[in-house]
Amino acid sequence: MKKVIYRNQIFKVLGLSLVLFMSLSVSLLAQEADAAKGKSLFNQNCAACHSLTRKMTGPALANVESRLSEDEGLDREWLYAWIKNSPGMIKSGDAYANKVYNDFNKAAMTAFPTLSNEDIDNILAYTAAPPPTPVAAPAGEVATASAGSSGISNELILGALAIVFGLLVVMLILVNKTLLRIAAANGLDVEREKAVNRTPIWKAFIQNQFLVLVTVIFLLLGSAYFAYGWMMQVGVDQGYAPVQPIHFSHKVHAGDNKIECKFCHSSARVSKTSGIPSLNVCMNCHKSIYEYQGNPEGPSKEDLANGYTNEFYTKEIKKLYKAVGWDEENQSYTGKSEPVEWVRIHNLPDFAYFNHSQHVSVAGVECQTCHGPVEEMEVMYQYSPLTMGWCVNCHRETNVKVEGNAYYEKIHAELSKKYGVDQLTAAQMGGLECGKCHY
Amino acid sequence: MASNKKYWKNEAELNPNDSIVETLKQNEFVEEIPVDEFLGDKESLSASSTNRRDFLKYVGFSTAAATMAACEGPVVKSIPYVVQPENIVPGVANYYATAVANGFDFASVLVKTREGRPIKIENNTDAKVAGNANARIQGSVLSLYDSTRLQGPMQGKEAVEWSAIDSAVKAKLGSGKQVVLLTQTYASPSTTRLISQFSEANVNVKHVVYDAISEEAAVVAFENKYGVRALADYNFEKADVIVSFGADFLGDWQGGGYDSGYSKGRVPKNGKMSKHVQFEANMTLSGANADKRIPLTPMQQKVALAQLFARLNGGAVSGEIPESAAKAVESVAAYIKKHKGNAVVVTGLQDVNAQTVALAINEKFGGNVVDVDAPKMIRQGNTKAVNALIADMKAGKVGALIMDGVNPLYSLANAADFKEGLGNVDVSVAFSTNWNETAEAVTYVGAANHYLESWGDVEIKKGYFSLMQPTIKELFDTRQLQSSILKWMGSDATYYDYIKETWATSVLGAADWNKALHDGVFVAPVLESEEVVATNEVEVDEEVENAAKASLASAVRSLSNATSGDAPFELTLYPKTGMGDGQQASNPWLQEFPDPITRVSWDNYVTISKADAERLGVENVNVANGGMDGSYVKITVNGAVLNNVPVVVQPGQANGSVGLSFGYGKKAGLKEEMQTGVNAYTLYHEFDNVQSASVEKVAGNHEFACVQLHKTLMGRGDIIKETTLEIFNTKDHSEWNEIPVVSLDHQEKPATEVDLWDSFDRSIGHHFNMSIDLNACTGCGSCVIACHAENNVPVVGKAEVRVSRDMHWLRIDRYYSSEESFEADDAKKDNFDGLFGDSGSLGGFGELEDPSANPQVAFQPVMCQHCNHAPCETVCPVAATSHGRQGQNQMAYNRCVGTRYCANNCPYKVRRFNWFLYNNNDEFDFHMNNDLGKMVLNPDVNVRSRGVIEKCSMCIQKTQKTILDAKRDGRVIKDGEFQTACSSACGNGAIVFGDVNDEESKIAELKESDRMYHLLEHVGTKPNVFYQVQVRNTNEA
Repeated sequence: MKKVIYRNQIFKVLGLSLVLFMSLSVSLLAQEADAAKGKSLFNQNCAACHSLTRKMTGPALANVESRLSEDEGLDREWLYAWIKNSPGMIKSGDAYANKVYNDFNKAAMTAFPTLSNEDIDNILAYTAAPPPTPVAAPAGEVATASAGSSGISNELILGALAIVFGLLVVMLILVNKTLLRIAAANGLDVEREKAVNRTPIWKAFIQNQFLVLVTVIFLLLGSAYFAYGWMMQVGVDQGYAPVQPIHFSHKVHAGDNKIECKFCHSSARVSKTSGIPSLNVCMNCHKSIYEYQGNPEGPSKEDLANGYTNEFYTKEIKKLYKAVGWDEENQSYTGKSEPVEWVRIHNLPDFAYFNHSQHVSVAGVECQTCHGPVEEMEVMYQYSPLTMGWCVNCHRETNVKVEGNAYYEKIHAELSKKYGVDQLTAAQMGGLECGKCHY
Repeated sequence: MASNKKYWKNEAELNPNDSIVETLKQNEFVEEIPVDEFLGDKESLSASSTNRRDFLKYVGFSTAAATMAACEGPVVKSIPYVVQPENIVPGVANYYATAVANGFDFASVLVKTREGRPIKIENNTDAKVAGNANARIQGSVLSLYDSTRLQGPMQGKEAVEWSAIDSAVKAKLGSGKQVVLLTQTYASPSTTRLISQFSEANVNVKHVVYDAISEEAAVVAFENKYGVRALADYNFEKADVIVSFGADFLGDWQGGGYDSGYSKGRVPKNGKMSKHVQFEANMTLSGANADKRIPLTPMQQKVALAQLFARLNGGAVSGEIPESAAKAVESVAAYIKKHKGNAVVVTGLQDVNAQTVALAINEKFGGNVVDVDAPKMIRQGNTKAVNALIADMKAGKVGALIMDGVNPLYSLANAADFKEGLGNVDVSVAFSTNWNETAEAVTYVGAANHYLESWGDVEIKKGYFSLMQPTIKELFDTRQLQSSILKWMGSDATYYDYIKETWATSVLGAADWNKALHDGVFVAPVLESEEVVATNEVEVDEEVENAAKASLASAVRSLSNATSGDAPFELTLYPKTGMGDGQQASNPWLQEFPDPITRVSWDNYVTISKADAERLGVENVNVANGGMDGSYVKITVNGAVLNNVPVVVQPGQANGSVGLSFGYGKKAGLKEEMQTGVNAYTLYHEFDNVQSASVEKVAGNHEFACVQLHKTLMGRGDIIKETTLEIFNTKDHSEWNEIPVVSLDHQEKPATEVDLWDSFDRSIGHHFNMSIDLNACTGCGSCVIACHAENNVPVVGKAEVRVSRDMHWLRIDRYYSSEESFEADDAKKDNFDGLFGDSGSLGGFGELEDPSANPQVAFQPVMCQHCNHAPCETVCPVAATSHGRQGQNQMAYNRCVGTRYCANNCPYKVRRFNWFLYNNNDEFDFHMNNDLGKMVLNPDVNVRSRGVIEKCSMCIQKTQKTILDAKRDGRVIKDGEFQTACSSACGNGAIVFGDVNDEESKIAELKESDRMYHLLEHVGTKPNVFYQVQVRNTNEA
């Protein structure tokens, strides 16, 4: 499971499943507070600034209650008051409240008046004894086992078939031999007639000049066709998937966590470029998401084979911290940053003008139309050929989205009347003119 | 049967035991091949394990590998911001309002920035004063990215720390000697306050203001009359009569910026337009636009001015001028009297008497045009103080000299004196953006900010303030003078804080700083009440009045007695439209900008009349490659000699006068290509733009880079159509704006009705048209540079321009007439009868080729006409040029194979061929071959490669952007939103662009105008650019 600041559908589902899980398996423990509920509350409300085991914007919270009562002599009532109204406590001059406030760069903790005492109990229960996360390994093992068994069965079937075929061949040879022997015994001459005076087929072919000519022409045409196809591939980088300085997984972000594309690529809405997000955009979330905790179902076989383990991803997050100059220990920026030199994948030539906002904001084209199933891409690659033919095809086939756009009202009414259609394509709107993209 | 006969070549061969023979048999080369010579050390070679076969293997392999590697696309890196600034979205332009105040040009402008880089200057339409950028200001954005800029403070040629300069200056502050600030005119409230605080804190600090090109006579005359060191402001829009005596007010007279008001008054409205009479020596922009132009030498101008004064005020003066001029003065005087209140007389003579007389006339007759209550503050130079400073320096009285925005060793006639004085100054610091003549001679060079990197404020006109804000962080280790002064005063405040404080206390009043900064301009609200006070102030002391009258009378007397010196020529020095005072000499756009009048780029030259040229035996010849050559002359003024000055024979130059422009002849700190022309400042004695000169022919010919020769229109009235106001008002437009007829089925039909092709339906969607009003166009050329900046037009250099390979997408053609006016030309052509004889066409056309001594001049901006029936489109073999529905003739560069058929088939000659790769090519060492210069490129427009045709696209990138913005907002486009680079740069309103399918639009209205015509209409190209017939107000009063 990955860390996410705010509520997230995954967590809701997960929370529910956990509740189910806990109620089934651990209900016998019958704690007075429900650590499972606590976990879900913790993730929703606290995880943005707190971790159990490490210092973040706020202090680490594992066993916070016992720690406070032992070190500071503060009881659960104090905690209720603090969580519900921390700024008030600081103002009121509470000694420990002010100490914490000052220790953590005077970052005031959000007040949570909506949390009930019971909720807080649950959270504290979670911080005291976090319930074991559902172990992913068994599921993985099961999967592997089942995959393995299916492999074995396939081999068995194939092997059996091979043996059957082998037996058939042997039998046929035996039958043939037997028949020949019988024939010999009966004095029949089964010698095959020999083609004495027939020219071999290849000689006949060479002698027939017309056939040779036609074949040569076809060969030439065929090779020209393939040569043309091959040459048209020059400069087309479809499928280009370079290794990036930071292994950024669109699958994890856009797929697993369902982050909207334009949440990070915000300039696609207004600008010609979609914009590679600046590192401060990453840090909006990664300030609190400091480690990768894995897919709830555990890493798939494929991921494991590629080495995409939790540790691997966490290491990539650290690369981000290094680039942006984030000091995890002190939760502050060092000011020493180094820009990330991403390898550019989608490279339109300079003489072609393309504007993202025209397609994204005006036409409402999904990002996936051109960029493919990005949410499934562990490694980003160029999905479309980005050739002029590809652009033009789309312009021919795609209708212009004119609804609710005052700009199009007049021109659409007039043009659709002229062409006698209800829906105009981009091409009919003038989207095939050279000067629309080349200037 | 085989022969046993033995053949031998050498006797020795007969001896079978001869060792040499044996060796020769075995080895063809007796001596070893001298491989050492090309393989070096033999020992190491033989020790090497690489033999010949290995070598070939390696060569083969590496060639193959290189070939394979070439198939791979290059890896392109994409580097985002670490922390993206809040207001920057990559790919979206931001605009900032700022101001230019470089001591010569003053204006409020908008700066377009992309990803934090300023790439284009636009007019600030909110500005009430000087909101239009001229050609030099349009070009100034390139000077920001000048690769020859100073990159940090220097001591001699060595780089030093700023602290070294700071401590050197500070050490002098308390000393007994003077510390002098020698600066340009700032007209800045904050800088004025700062310097006065600085000199209050340090009693030995003195401030001397120095304008390279002085307007002191006008400043002094104004001060004498109104008590303020300033310049009167003129609103030419309200003028009915404009009379100019040598004032190029459409150029840079008194800081310029008057063309926009002038143009508004020149477009006939309700049958009326202003009348403009110009008395001048050089052919200037103003003279070219005048209704009547009388060539007079400066001395004759003085007499004419005195005579005009006398005629207006009664009385007579002595002094003689040619009869035609006297007549003109007489009719002008009558006209001025008739239009009392709306008549204005301006003069560019650097003579206090002349300026005083002009002010006196304007006071009486030009009340609505002249503004003396809110005068212009942009010329504050004090020549007396400069001369006193030089004397002090020589006497060793100056401890420290700090210069900013000035280059006295280049721009002083007595630069040698200044240099001598500089030797006696203990510490001298020159703040400058570029290395220059002064920088070579001073102790320290302070690398100064470009104005696009600076904070500042300007009071261009009293009560009209502008703010200057940085649009980019300093590119280098530079610092502006004001920040340095704050440092020297021991203040921690930044200059920004200081300006804000000044504005809060003395400028803004209750107004908001942020709004002022956003708008870039601020008009002081107190002004209106002040005006009321000013009109009430009518009590004038009688004695003072009498004294003023007496001094005026003596001024007129001395004017009328003006005589030229002994020297045969009167030299008028002037700033050229492209180069101004020369501070942007390292700007390739401005160097390549063709002068509006002579159409010569990359040079300055002496202009001379045809009669004088023949007398001196100097000439211009057109050589076989299309270039123009000119003789050299030697000019001697008051002992100063300029050698090898090339000559341009200028039609309209007053006989007995010559002209030479400032701003050229710079050497220090410039790339070799930019070291053009001769330095006219060396002749600028006593800051007088009129000098007595003798001119002598010297040997040799100069090669000019001239984009248009001195030919005339030859009566081809269908290119430039023009008429007079009288005819315009009284006759039907079919008479003065005739539609050409062509023969169809042996019948004459209007060319507009005859069509070879079926026309497309262009009524749906946008259809872009452009209107160019020949009445409003003054030929200033800011559109030319704006087009350069917007469209990444390359600079090709002098040699290429000379062979007609200039790349300007937009050119301003200049035509002369061969008679006194174009109409006379037309009449002459129409009256040709037969081949021979007096009215024969054989000799007649030859005569028409030569411009007259005082020709009429017309300017015509020509860019791609975007013909609906474009001849270029039909001949392109690869369909690289095609027509869009929106009316634009599109050019797909990547499709072009460079046959140039289109250029040959274009009747307007607007297509440009890329003969070379102009970017990344050190043969063209301008701005596109270095990373810094490339920062000015517009990222939305392709940089063209070698071998393709390029041309005006009607700024399709701008129209597409406007459309996209509207689509994104889901709204209809308003009139005025569509702009091209040239139309938005044209502050005169001559170029109007828009969608003719929008019936409410101005362009649709202009298309229906009676004055509308198409260029070469009879060709039937149906252009989307149209022109408005020029109307001249030539009818006599």
